[in-house]
Amino acid sequence: MALLLTAACRPVQEAGPRYERGAAIAETGVAGGEKSAAGGEQKVASGEQATRALFAVAPPPFTDGIFPCSQCHSPTDKVDRTPRPVEFHAEIVLHHDEKNRWCLDCHDARYRDKLHLADGRLIDFTESYRLCGQCHGPTLRNWKNGEHGKRTGSWSGVKQYLLCPSCHSPHSPHFKPLKPKAPPLRQEAIR
Amino acid sequence: MSDQTATPMPVPEAPAEGYTRREALVMSLFALAAAATVGACSAADKQAYDEFVQKHFRDLTPEELKDRLAQLEKRYSEQYGKPVTVSATPPIPGVLFGYALDLSRCIGCRRCVYGCVEENNQSRDPQTHWITVLEMDKETGVDLQRADAFYNHETVPAPGKFYMPVACQHCENPPCVKVCPVQATWKEPDGIVVIDYDWCIGCRCCISACPYGARHFNWGTPKIPANELNPNTEYLGNRPRQRGVVEKCSFCLQRTRKGLYPKCVEVCPVGARKFGNLLDPESEIRYIIENKRVLILKDELNTQPKFFYYYGL
Repeated sequence: MALLLTAACRPVQEAGPRYERGAAIAETGVAGGEKSAAGGEQKVASGEQATRALFAVAPPPFTDGIFPCSQCHSPTDKVDRTPRPVEFHAEIVLHHDEKNRWCLDCHDARYRDKLHLADGRLIDFTESYRLCGQCHGPTLRNWKNGEHGKRTGSWSGVKQYLLCPSCHSPHSPHFKPLKPKAPPLRQEAIR
Repeated sequence: MSDQTATPMPVPEAPAEGYTRREALVMSLFALAAAATVGACSAADKQAYDEFVQKHFRDLTPEELKDRLAQLEKRYSEQYGKPVTVSATPPIPGVLFGYALDLSRCIGCRRCVYGCVEENNQSRDPQTHWITVLEMDKETGVDLQRADAFYNHETVPAPGKFYMPVACQHCENPPCVKVCPVQATWKEPDGIVVIDYDWCIGCRCCISACPYGARHFNWGTPKIPANELNPNTEYLGNRPRQRGVVEKCSFCLQRTRKGLYPKCVEVCPVGARKFGNLLDPESEIRYIIENKRVLILKDELNTQPKFFYYYGL
């Protein structure tokens, strides 16, 4: 039941990374072994599914038509690695330690549909939290434990996580102010 | 004046001589009651009678409960012109619900307030909100006497302010339950404090007993547009209420007892709201209580809330 509803609410990325809570993050594409969904009493109907995942992440929030990047970029392109403003992507304004970093510190110049970690390992956009967690370690820890960020789905079964870019634009990560909904009526105005 | 010695008053339709006034009155009442309960009474009369003599929710046998739920489903479906389900999902054994809210992340956008209104069928007119979002100064910290629930900024968070949404704290030691003269409200085994709207007499003792302002009274007949009614309802939760009864947050038991997160958790855009099973050491709520700076509201009252405010940053 919970599974069905979760699936209906949000497209769960089936190939997304999954890991046992508290364990190290699995490498790309490795499913979370024999872990059973321990939390709560509610048993997930399908045993197979119950052993696979405690949560899944929502797909990365790409701007329409921008991905895959290899539509325009080819691995054989000559790359200028000098940090500079890039006219074609002028709408992206970097407000994220911009004095020290630029595009190719996270985006991979050769494999454009991937990101790379500081040590050069390539990761998918669906695993961008590993990249963010290189600097924001405590935040990644809290996110894995469910304290940071939003979880949806089922408190007892499959929980869906949002990727960091779902709330924080990687280029300008500060959470943007929102317009509040209407204040409640004052008591004297209620008839 | 004693009835025995009283001279019968000249009543126009007085029955045959020899009846005292009291006897005549009792007989006519009996005739009225008989007419209402037996013979050619309509289905509506029958339902009204059943509701009048119904037992307390917790004393209902499974069959009686089933009948009652069917009656309510029929009534709501007719009233709103669409199929409405009313269920009475029992608590899950081994579960004690707890809630945590990150004061350092809440931005006071009130998405939770209106998400709750839609999910839990609160009256749109007169307005009922189960969640009140309080705005306070960061400089002074939590100071309920200087809190403002009516802020209306262009964007939130406003500089120098922080926000504290308050709803039912689902106390382990709930003062509202203690004062209810008819036991229309009680704490369920999973920790949710519930109200039986059919048993509530509207005395509002619980409202004055609650230190959190979490309970709300239906002074007028609640109005919900039929197209906005959430048709998945629970007897002890979000079914449409009537005038003259008290209502409050039920931890969305129509969702949480089926394993889902409450609506306010799902709509919060900043992920400040956390929910889970306090008895499960792996749950995020336990992680927060064990690792974060947690406060509860008015702990000096020993109400022992299961709603924990914390500072995530």
